[in-house]
Formats: sequence, C-alpha cells, structure tokens
Amino acid sequence: MLKLPIYLDNSATTPADPRVVDTMVPYFYEHFGNAASRSHPFGWEAEDAVDQARERIGKLIGATDKEIIITSGATEADNLAIKGVYDMYSRKGNHIVTVTTEHKAVLDTCKHLEKQGAQITYLKTDAEGNIDLNELESVVTDKTIMVAVMYANNEIGTIAPIRQIADIAHKKGALMFSDATQAAGKISIDVDRDGIDLMAFTAHKMYGPKGVGALYVRRKNPRVKVTAQMDGGGHERGMRSGTLNVPGIVGFGKAAELAMMEMEIDAARLSVMRDRLENELCKIEESYVNGNRRSRLPHITNISFKYVEGEGLMMAFNQNIAVSSGSACTSASLEPSYVLKALGLGDDLAHSSIRFSLGRFTTDEQIQYTIDHVTKAVNKLRDMSPLWEMFKQGIDLNSIEWAEH
Amino acid sequence: MAYSKKVLEHYENPQNVGTLDSKKNEVGTGLVGAPECGDVMRLQIEVDPATQKIVDAKFKTFGCGSAIASSSVATEWLKGKTIDEALTIDNMDIVEELALPPVKIHCSVLAEDAIKAAIQDYRKKNNMPELQLEEKIVH
Repeated sequence: MLKLPIYLDNSATTPADPRVVDTMVPYFYEHFGNAASRSHPFGWEAEDAVDQARERIGKLIGATDKEIIITSGATEADNLAIKGVYDMYSRKGNHIVTVTTEHKAVLDTCKHLEKQGAQITYLKTDAEGNIDLNELESVVTDKTIMVAVMYANNEIGTIAPIRQIADIAHKKGALMFSDATQAAGKISIDVDRDGIDLMAFTAHKMYGPKGVGALYVRRKNPRVKVTAQMDGGGHERGMRSGTLNVPGIVGFGKAAELAMMEMEIDAARLSVMRDRLENELCKIEESYVNGNRRSRLPHITNISFKYVEGEGLMMAFNQNIAVSSGSACTSASLEPSYVLKALGLGDDLAHSSIRFSLGRFTTDEQIQYTIDHVTKAVNKLRDMSPLWEMFKQGIDLNSIEWAEH
Repeated sequence: MAYSKKVLEHYENPQNVGTLDSKKNEVGTGLVGAPECGDVMRLQIEVDPATQKIVDAKFKTFGCGSAIASSSVATEWLKGKTIDEALTIDNMDIVEELALPPVKIHCSVLAEDAIKAAIQDYRKKNNMPELQLEEKIVH
C-alpha cells in the first residue's frame, strides 16, 4: 500500500536513517557527558564517541579526523571557511572568487565581507550552470585568497569540475573552498584527489540529524588555518568554540559510515528512478529540464512546466507529494529562484519550475504516483492558464505588452 | 504555507473557468499581470446592453492558488451586478473572503485590476466614456 504524503524534497533535508538514530540514543541517556570533561568517565566516553565519529566523517571525504571541525551545520561551516580565511590571510590579499549560483550561505557571507573591504568576483554560469574555466583563470590573481565553488548545485544538481577549478586556484596560491552540502554522501568525494583545501557539509542531507555539520580544513600541503568566528573554550583546535553536540556528532558519524557503504548502490538505484520520472514528465508538452544532464547529482531533477506557475501547480498535489519550486510565491520575496535566473532562464520559466529530489527511501511506486499526479495537475492548471491558451492559438507572448507590476 | 479553507475550495473547484468571445461587443476583457511576475489574470464579462447587467463572467489565470481563488471569487461576485456596481468590488473584500495572508494581497489587487480592465474594455467598445482609474498596483 502506498503511504501518503510522498517525500521528494530530499535536497531540503533527509529523514534520519533509523540506524543513525539508534546510535545516537545512548548519548542522550547513559553517555550524556561533555566531551571536554577530561576528569571522569562520562567525559571520556563522550570524547571517545566523538573521536570515532570524527574519523568516520573524515573517511567519507578522504580526510583525517584532525581535519574535521564540527559546526552546527553547513551554513556555519560556510561562514567559518570564508570569514575565517579572509581574516587569516589578509596579508596575502582580499580577493575571493565565487559564482552567482552558490547557496545564500556563501553569497551573503561574501556580501558581508565586501562591506569590510573584500573584493569579490561573482562568476556567471552558462545555461546549464557550468562556469567558464578560462574566465576563472583570467580573474584569479596573486591577491586572490580563495576560490569558492560549490561541489554540486542544490537546485539543479549540476556538479562542478572541482579538480580543474582547484588547479587554477592553486596556481596563484589561492585556497580551494567547496560547499559540498548536496554532494557529500551522495557522490564520491576525496579532498586529495579533488584538490580541496576547505569544504563544508552537513549531516541532515545524508540521513543524519539536523544541527550538526563540519568544515574540512586541510592540515598538510598546505596547512590551512582559519580565524575562529566563535570565541570561547577553544574547542575544535581553537577554530570553533562551543560544547560539542555529542549525540548529533555520533549520528553524523554513523550517517557518514552508511553513506560510504551504500552511496554507490543508492546512486545507481536513484538515478534510474530519477531518469524515469524525468523522462515521463518530459513527455508533457512544453516541459524542460533545467541544468546539466550529463554531470549531475543522481537524485535531483528540476523541470519547468511552461505556462503554469510553480506554486499554483504544487498546490494541486502538495498534500500528497512534497517537492519544492523556484516560483516566487513560495518565498516572501516575490522573486523567483535566483539560481534559475542566473542560468539565464526567463522569469516565466523560473516561475514554472519544480525540483524533485529523491532519497534512500524513495520507491518505484512513489515515482509512478508522482508521474501520474503531476501530469494530471499540469493539464488541469493549463486548462486554467490564459498563457497556455494564447500559446495554443499561436500568439507570441513576447508580442504582448504586459502591465509590469 | 498553509492555505485557508476558502482558497482550497476555490482552487479545487474553480468557478467560471473559461473563455468568452472577445470579439463580441457585449464582452469586455481584462488581461492584467505579467508572466515575469508569476501571475497573469484574464477576466471577461458579458454585459446585457439594455440593463448594463453582467450576465456572465469567465476567467483564466496563470498564478498561485491564491490568484486562482481570487479570480474565481471575482467572477462569482460579478454575475448579476451592473457594470457600475461591479466597480465597487474592493480588493480588501476578496482578502477578507479568502482570508489571504499579507504576502498574497497582491493577488486580490490583481483581481480588482482585472475587473476594472474588463469594464473599461467593455465601455470603450460601446463608446462609453473611459473611467478614470486610480493606480492601485502595489507590487
């Protein structure tokens, strides 16, 4: 029996894997100690658990335990990486290169630094979300301290050529920082192979708990340092003070271990289901896939259904199918997705987009239900859409003088 | 965002979806909004020339659920009113009827604009003096 509602918003957050939760529970009760308490068994147990988890988290990305700085999540890790490097490397320069399609946690942090005198270059992307490596090479200078490019985009799933980007950064002595929130645990990441110096990621996108994430900070070749943004007891090798969230970290560790073991199987299974969903939905007239279909995360598809508005469309099925939309109406801002706009999509297509993100617990039956009900909803909404009627009558929508408001 | 029961009702069963023949003299058409802004509303009225009463109203809307519900309510209210009475429909009446949250007030404004645009179109077609309408667009 199909159980409703169906969850296809795994890029927003994933449910915790029961195996993860099971490992966490003892750290609320019998092993509740503070990992910084060095004087009794309660503290020792907590510290041991954190050490083991840190090792597992590191292993997932090819790092050592000493290179993992635990944070409250990826947003904090993004902030710590960018602000921390800006503060620490001010003698080298004040220039950071990033991309217009980055997450707000990166973009807004850069904007914050701009006010303090940082020089930020925002690279544009092509229609599939790829940056131009020649352009990157031309903007990186001796004053560049960091190149910040996300591993894979959260709205369209496009994967960046991180190694090539890192090589360009390193040629000028700049650090390579990647926000791997969506990619970590989903596709293979190896910080040495990929040339990454700093990397942000989080537990709750890989079937772990919310409220815990990590910043990878390279220890060798080069030894990277960041200035702490949170002062206090000097936890996390002085880079991030604050009592450790022991159950959360234990859960993160387990989630990382499971991801490492099951990533390949999950990815193979999910990409088959994703492709089926995508191919079936693309049979609907005037529907378009957004992003790069060749180099993409296995579990995401972003589709624009032209002439229907995303939120209006979602409303037809969002009691039963959870997805997200690039439509303005889902946010208070009335602006459609800046990521889709950055790809050069017209506002009309950006308003018409839906992101489907599958996960470990997605089933074929759920995909079939989604195909059926989304198709039905698009048809229903198009019957109500004046734009669809005009399109069908052969009227060029660009020839109409719209009352801009 | 949770929708009010009224919005859901109109969304599930929108009233008066459709198209009237815009070439007919008795029909006034209002097309407001823009695809770039994420909402376009087309509202049409058919008027009995003898009584100036609106005998039919139809809409098609590209937009969110609140925009669709606002159009549906507007067409319901228009039927049976004279074109002068129809001008008294205020966007805040729609807000109240549908319990729209503040971020959705622009949907009701769009509906009011669509009503006025449809009446204006009818008046133009029938050589009646144009209305002087105040700008109410807030977004």
